Amino acid sequence: MAQSNAAAKYMTVGEGGTAAAFVVLAFFAIVVAAKAYTPEYAFHAYLFAAGSIAAVFAIVNRYFERPAEPVPLTIDGKPNYNMGPVKVATLLSVFWGIAGFLVGLWIALELAFPALNLDLSFISFGRLRPLHTSAVIFAFGGNVLLATSMYVVQRTSRARLVGDIAPWFVVLGYNFFIVIAGTGYLLGITQSKEYAEPEWYADLWLTVVWVVYLLVFLGTIMRRSEPHIYVANWFYLAFILTIAVLHLGNNAAVPVSLFSPKSYIVWSGVQDAMVQWWYGHNAVGFFLTAGFLGIMYYFIPKRAERPIYSYRLSIIHFWALIFLYIWAGPHHLHYTALPDWTQTLGMTFSIMLWMPSWGGMINGLMTLSGAWDKLRTDPVLRMMVLSVAFYGMSTFEGPVMSIKAVNSLSHYTDWTIGHVHSGALGWVGFVSFGAIYCLVPWLWNRPLYSLRLVSWHFWIATIGIVIYITSMWVAGILQGLMWRAYTPLGFLEYSFIETVDAMHPFYIIRAIGGALFLVGALIMAFNLWRTIYPQERVSPAVSMVPAE
Amino acid sequence: MATATSLWQRHWILERNSILLLLGILIVIAFGGLVEVVPLFYLRSTIETAPGVRPYTPLELAGRNIYVREGCYLCHSQMIRALRDEVERYGHYSLAAESMYDHPFQWGSKRNGPDLARVGGKYSDDWHRDHLMDPRSVVPGSIMPAYPWLFSTDLDFSHIAEHMRVQSLLGVPYSQDMIANAAADVRTQATTDAPDAAALAKRYPKAQARAFAGNPGRITEADALIAYLQMLGTLVDFRLYDDKANIR
Repeated sequence: MAQSNAAAKYMTVGEGGTAAAFVVLAFFAIVVAAKAYTPEYAFHAYLFAAGSIAAVFAIVNRYFERPAEPVPLTIDGKPNYNMGPVKVATLLSVFWGIAGFLVGLWIALELAFPALNLDLSFISFGRLRPLHTSAVIFAFGGNVLLATSMYVVQRTSRARLVGDIAPWFVVLGYNFFIVIAGTGYLLGITQSKEYAEPEWYADLWLTVVWVVYLLVFLGTIMRRSEPHIYVANWFYLAFILTIAVLHLGNNAAVPVSLFSPKSYIVWSGVQDAMVQWWYGHNAVGFFLTAGFLGIMYYFIPKRAERPIYSYRLSIIHFWALIFLYIWAGPHHLHYTALPDWTQTLGMTFSIMLWMPSWGGMINGLMTLSGAWDKLRTDPVLRMMVLSVAFYGMSTFEGPVMSIKAVNSLSHYTDWTIGHVHSGALGWVGFVSFGAIYCLVPWLWNRPLYSLRLVSWHFWIATIGIVIYITSMWVAGILQGLMWRAYTPLGFLEYSFIETVDAMHPFYIIRAIGGALFLVGALIMAFNLWRTIYPQERVSPAVSMVPAE
Repeated sequence: MATATSLWQRHWILERNSILLLLGILIVIAFGGLVEVVPLFYLRSTIETAPGVRPYTPLELAGRNIYVREGCYLCHSQMIRALRDEVERYGHYSLAAESMYDHPFQWGSKRNGPDLARVGGKYSDDWHRDHLMDPRSVVPGSIMPAYPWLFSTDLDFSHIAEHMRVQSLLGVPYSQDMIANAAADVRTQATTDAPDAAALAKRYPKAQARAFAGNPGRITEADALIAYLQMLGTLVDFRLYDDKANIR
């Protein structure tokens, strides 16, 4: 048999080209590091060099390990799914999630007890807060979206993921972006645009990764053996495409120099404010909503073993949602120097947005028609259903807060923080946990270690969310009312610092809520670890099935 | 769903062709952004100018970059809304023109601390110095972090002219004269009774020049940050500003 290894082994264009590109990038990064204006930037350039060299080694190593023939697209007529990158993204999402929740808890405590800033630059609130938001949105949420989108698109297209190295480049390249962004915040590298803080070079890197992601996703859809593109993939596609557009528009910047981490945004003042919240609100709309609706549309029907409630509703709410969301940004700028008409337009569309949002909620919840009894027995499904309920709640609260009269009270206060977290912890967090609890047993082909622990996670985290959002409602409305309170003689009643003092008990209560949410996530991590690495040995007496 | 002309079946075109779906999404998401963003570059109320608004001095710009670096915008807004209590607490509501040279804007979205749009001149340099070193020494209930490293780190302004050149590329009216004198202007503005203060004030009207952090002979990051804070909101003279000029 040995003499008949027919196909000679060649490096593919993809392997050779990617390795060559990384060699060039490594040399380039070393030159930049040598001439960098600041040590922080040199550190990042060295990270790029180290990452590039590691990538070259990985590609070459993989080449020597792999068989000569290309990976078959199908085996015995069944699609040969590529689940390696999905597994890695799933595990990374759990890791980043816990890191992000932990940083969130820490900064919540910093607001209650400012001594915890410890007079150290890299853990002061202003540097940790973007670390928290980016870690939970882009690191945790982003990896959940990468994992689920790459899983769902393969399954629903009945096709192997397009690309050999490309899917790995997307997952690892995206996580490298996270490392650059996160370490940058700690070192003071930020462009100060909320949820778009990474500087120009990180943005450029993300652009490359994101384009490859779009191509992998779109290519896999094109390779499908099903006539129709499944509804979850519409949402994923809208998410990937729109985030690309928003990212490019909001991060348009000119660097001070190739050797400086600092850049200046092309837009300024009121135009920059509008571009920022066009981006910022649609990071919510497309990253945290459309993408996670894709998760809802696959994992809830799968888990409940019921078809989606209404196909027509999914069409209407898909197009309405993506059309209306884009307009909602100006509600972040009520009563500012933005023109009134823009504010009113943003408010109007924000209120209209309530309808497609609830269309999605109804479609998700009603999918359980005939399967509601499963909520008693399946805590994973219970988690996902509660997430859709939280989605409905926060997409009602959002339009209310976008009304100018309400916003005049709520804006700049902790009510906004509470609103964000009812969506982030309740909707994004719970639907992600539900998807992860589904994915890990499916990917590793092992039963979940413990459903009881899922139940514990569910209840502890739910109580945490309720404590969190109620304390922030009270805090926000209280502070908003104090700011505008007048004495009978017509003077402002409270100095600013008195309104800060009033927040203290609520900040402590909020931290308790956040800690409970973190405990829930730690229980999940333990459960998943035991699922992937079961402690009980499989009996060696079970003999392998002979090959022939 | 029964007939071939059903609208739901028309939608099959998009469900069966990924490129058409992609283009459909792109068209649908284009409207909102175009309608809300593009006019802001043409409307009088958003491209208004206000007398007194000028580009930041090199020292103020360096201070602003420290403000950005430390994430001050996460707890302090720079946007006084046109609401009675805000105007009484902080001063005249913010004008679009006042942030016209802000790349990027620093309006903020949360007030863990007070608005800073008009903080300039409200407190003394000494107050700012004590406050940045130990906020609770001057405001006992404050929850702000201390920033002692700003006082021990020398300001790196070796590339400040490059910063200004990039800004001028983006439309900030920095002249050749301003860019050529950038580093010298940093030193002048951070010095009390500097001989070139008049030339600085000519290039940048109302520029205040003194040892802001109270440590003569040394220019630290605290000097730059306090210089920036002390000019915030001071450029427009509201006795002269005509708030009806842009109403049509």
